[in-house]
Amino acid sequence: MIRLIALFLILALPAKAEEIVLGLSRDEVAITATFEGSEILIFGAIKREGGPQAEGDLGVIVTVAGPDRPVTVRKKDRRFGIWVNTESVDVDVAPTFYAVATNRPLEEILTFTEDLNTRISTQRAIRSVGSTVEGAERFTQALIRVRAGQGLYQTLPEGVWVEEETLFRTLIPLPANLTEGDYKAEIYLTRDKQIVDFYTTTIPVKKVGLERWLYNLAHEHAFWYGLMSLSIAIAAGWGASAVFTLFRR
Amino acid sequence: MQIYLPIAEVSVNAFLLLGLGGIVGILSGMFGVGGGFLMTPLLFFIGIPPAVAVATEANQIVASSFSGVLAHLKRKTVDLRMGTVLLIGGLIGAALGVVVFNYLKSLGQVELLVQLCYVVFLGMIGTLMFFESLKAIRRASKAGGVSVPTRRKHNWVHNLPFKMKFRVSGLYISVIPPLLVGVTVGVLAAIMGVGGGFIMVPAMIYLLGMPTKVVVGTSLFQIIFVTAFTTMLHATTNFTVDVVLAVLLLVGGVIGAQIGTRIGVKMKAEQLRILLALMVLAVCGKLAFDLLVMPSELYSLGSGGHS
Repeated sequence: MIRLIALFLILALPAKAEEIVLGLSRDEVAITATFEGSEILIFGAIKREGGPQAEGDLGVIVTVAGPDRPVTVRKKDRRFGIWVNTESVDVDVAPTFYAVATNRPLEEILTFTEDLNTRISTQRAIRSVGSTVEGAERFTQALIRVRAGQGLYQTLPEGVWVEEETLFRTLIPLPANLTEGDYKAEIYLTRDKQIVDFYTTTIPVKKVGLERWLYNLAHEHAFWYGLMSLSIAIAAGWGASAVFTLFRR
Repeated sequence: MQIYLPIAEVSVNAFLLLGLGGIVGILSGMFGVGGGFLMTPLLFFIGIPPAVAVATEANQIVASSFSGVLAHLKRKTVDLRMGTVLLIGGLIGAALGVVVFNYLKSLGQVELLVQLCYVVFLGMIGTLMFFESLKAIRRASKAGGVSVPTRRKHNWVHNLPFKMKFRVSGLYISVIPPLLVGVTVGVLAAIMGVGGGFIMVPAMIYLLGMPTKVVVGTSLFQIIFVTAFTTMLHATTNFTVDVVLAVLLLVGGVIGAQIGTRIGVKMKAEQLRILLALMVLAVCGKLAFDLLVMPSELYSLGSGGHS
């Protein structure tokens, strides 16, 4: 909500001096049976409507966010000599994928307040409301660390190339363990750490073909899917035994 | 070649899965065990979510047991009556097991439960089997290969009510012990993603006093139905059966089992049992080690918080 209001304010600014024009290397990502991960090339230009050349340090921020899902973060502790999950924190909203690419380190091109409002940095993109466990901060840090280890959360401080203060491009690598859904790409243009323009678009990521069919079957017709799995297993077992006796003769 | 598993939602190497299926297949062919107790932990190690590994493994065991039971039916070494009693217990146990599994999953303790079950049962069975086969080897070398049959002792099992005749096994005993054995195995099948043969076979020999030749066939008969039931329960309540994963493991397993059976024929039974015992203890040791040593990442992520 805060984010929406913030965007609204940005968009409502009159007479923009600089505007983003955007292109994408692909408008959707298909997860097939042999999906090994992918990458999206996001490129664009900064359009200037006459007027004087804008001044101040130019910043370009590109974020790509997967669908939000609640997550439970659990911490292990030693109990009776073995390591057991003890404390846990429910994170209400965490993107399943989140990449922030910038042309310079984020804190050099965005003020703290702007980050608070727009929730650009990874820490801000995760929200845990009403967690009662002490030190919930450590749990969100752990969430970021674990997901970063899986390539799901990425911070690319020099991931955006800017040429002549006009053209920019960035390559966001997508790992194989993606969650399906609409991925939101957002591009922010900043001058002297203040956002001057904003552009957003969605990139659907979905399973296709066999993957799609099996996933739907498993969830919507679970009973038949179970029976299908069993018949495959029984057929394979019977086949193996038949082939085996054939070989023996 | 990487392949994306639609239910597990991870991308893994297809040849790795075929290879794992093959190796476990060889071992199961050699030792006459289902191999679930090896495959499920191996699936954990390569990063398949535990819930998916357990459910899918149950499905795979249906295949390997079915293939095995056909051979036993031909040789008439299946006690269908005993199998049915065990099966009734097994179905009750499996239902209980899935309920426990889902409850602990919501608490975030399912991994611990599965690992503890593995450590306890593998440790027990492995140790028992190891010493038993050591004794057998010593006896064989002393007595020149004549083993003394020690079955058919009369114990408390024979003093319970509801007696029933089991012709193929040549037994006249109460139905309560086989029912209880069935329930235990059913619970384990649902929680650990194993057929439970490694528990049921010793229980049938030592507790029920069944003749060894009908034990394997009868346990396989029971395992097919219990794991099939478990598969259906997991598929309809958790949506965690990954058919692509199952097929890859199956193909490797089926080929491996054939090679394994041929190797097994060439080895002595006591040596085989000692090897199996050592392997069981090794898996147990690895799992126990993981529980005892401080993990490199103390935090773990679970899905969807509140359920």
